[in-house]
Amino acid sequence: MKNLKLLIIIFILTIFKFNYSFALVEIDITRGNLDPLPIAISPLSLDDKSKNDFKNQLNLEDLGLEISKVVENNLKNTGLFNTINREAYLQKPDIAHLKPRFEDWALIKAQALITGKVSSLTLDEKNMLKVEFRLWDVLAAKEMMALSFTTTPNNWRRVGHVISDKVYGTLTGEEGYFDTRIIYVAETGPKTQRIKKLAIMDQDGFNTKYLTLGNELVLTPRFDPTSQKVVYMSFFKNKPRVYYLDIEKGEQRVVGDFPGMTFAPRFSPDGKKIIMSLAKDGNSEIWTRDLETGIQIQLTNHPSIDTSPSYSPNGKFITFNSDRSGYQQIYVMKNDGSSVKRISFGKGIYGTPVWSPRGDLIAFTKLHKGEFYIGVMRIDGTGERLLTKNFYQEAPSWAPNGRVIIFYRETKTNEKGEGFSAKLWSIDLTGYNERLVKTETDASDPSWSSLLGN
Amino acid sequence: MNLNKILKNVFLVIIFGLVVTACATKKTVKTTDTSSSSSTTATTAKEEKAEPIKQLGSLMQGDVYIGSDTVGELASGVPDRVFFATNESILTTMSRETLRKQAAWLRQNPGVTVVVEGHADERGTREYNLALGERRANAAKDYLMTYGVSSDRIQVISYGKEKPVDSGSNPLSWSKNRRSVTVKAN
Repeated sequence: MKNLKLLIIIFILTIFKFNYSFALVEIDITRGNLDPLPIAISPLSLDDKSKNDFKNQLNLEDLGLEISKVVENNLKNTGLFNTINREAYLQKPDIAHLKPRFEDWALIKAQALITGKVSSLTLDEKNMLKVEFRLWDVLAAKEMMALSFTTTPNNWRRVGHVISDKVYGTLTGEEGYFDTRIIYVAETGPKTQRIKKLAIMDQDGFNTKYLTLGNELVLTPRFDPTSQKVVYMSFFKNKPRVYYLDIEKGEQRVVGDFPGMTFAPRFSPDGKKIIMSLAKDGNSEIWTRDLETGIQIQLTNHPSIDTSPSYSPNGKFITFNSDRSGYQQIYVMKNDGSSVKRISFGKGIYGTPVWSPRGDLIAFTKLHKGEFYIGVMRIDGTGERLLTKNFYQEAPSWAPNGRVIIFYRETKTNEKGEGFSAKLWSIDLTGYNERLVKTETDASDPSWSSLLGN
Repeated sequence: MNLNKILKNVFLVIIFGLVVTACATKKTVKTTDTSSSSSTTATTAKEEKAEPIKQLGSLMQGDVYIGSDTVGELASGVPDRVFFATNESILTTMSRETLRKQAAWLRQNPGVTVVVEGHADERGTREYNLALGERRANAAKDYLMTYGVSSDRIQVISYGKEKPVDSGSNPLSWSKNRRSVTVKAN
């Protein structure tokens, strides 16, 4: 009897062991901070003509290498991959792309390998960039994925992001978030006279563009969850209002021209409505405005401050924050304003609830005993998890796959009031992998775009 | 044997009883927990604000700033601003006195219009602070109206925490930033 039990246990263990060694190139991202997967990213190969063409077009010595650096940086920053130093690679990029000598890659402990090729070509008299890449399972000695696409040479960083998304998707089973952008408020100047501009950059901090000049105060830009349209708040002409901005078309208009201040805007999941707060006569309520018809509907009606609304991804519910209990707490209601229910009951003050794109969690800011936390809770308020604690941080925004949260953090000044800074940070849903997100200037109020699409 | 059975049953009943009471106690504990949780939250929040008072007695009352640093004048002898407690928009005795002076001056100068700017300290989320600043500015506006200034002469604007006067990260600096400022508009 006992022996049989032992046998069964051994049998089960063997199965697990076997499974483990069989499905080598797979990453478990539910637990976070496991052993990162060792991956080699061979520089994409280039023939001499293409190399010369891209050098002339983009002023880059080796475009293949530059693209592979974009991929390497993306994968490394997830904390899920250990990118193996290029110096250690034994095989040349062009040969590796045709057929890797897997023993060579196994020797440097790579479990996955990315190879590729870029070439220049002319299409309708336009210079184009053609990319092929392959993902290899080194230990199983086989190809996992092969893709090729053509784009304009100026898009070369996006090529790196698209490759990263495909690799991440294949190895983790979840959608990537690299071919995305972040809109934020760029800050300069002393704390008492901050100059704020709308800025947008690639998710990895490159290609920063400033969308306003800094003549008026701008706050809280937010992406439409499915497009490159944005809503934000501006103090243009000293009238604090919500504005709508189509970045691609360069169109801008006021959407919250109520008597009073409109603020805290976000899109509905279908992009058709803006939800926001309207403050008038000392009371803030939540309203929606239909972008097409202009129909405005008041959802809350309470003498307290009701603000920071955020839709559930299915559009049926809205989470917001209210001080109707005496202090800021998080509430959920139906999209018509009915069935208001408080969901935060922990110690402290809760604000800025943001519904996860997956629908199962709400990210929030919490103030407790003089410290600010970014955390997540289930949509019924249970399972509260605090991810990070600091002197001041707020405004979480989700990466489109719901794995990573970006927010901003401000430093405490010294006795003379010096040393203020505001920076963007990101953290995994697991609470691991907290990282500074590089920006050209100080930055706040980040919002993560959806995938740009090919 | 029989006795044994009886004993066993008694045991079972006792155990059953214990389980039931245990459940019941658990339940009562739970209910008291939820009912007291909101008040605990309130006290925690209040405690957070109450701390600095002791050290800064001369410049703060409660956590409301009562000093004169950063205070400008709307007109000669008429202070331009009033200060608030954390998260509050209630006017203190001192604030009401200041606003009565402002109202009196405005009544004497009927051509003047003003903007009341509401501000918050940096220890709150941006959007909530915008709402809080608006609440504070309106508290000041309402008081001016009570003292005879017509509403069309008073505009309000909230800057939330966006325009601090003091860049410090300490309770005294924060108390100076929790303010509404009456500014001449013409």
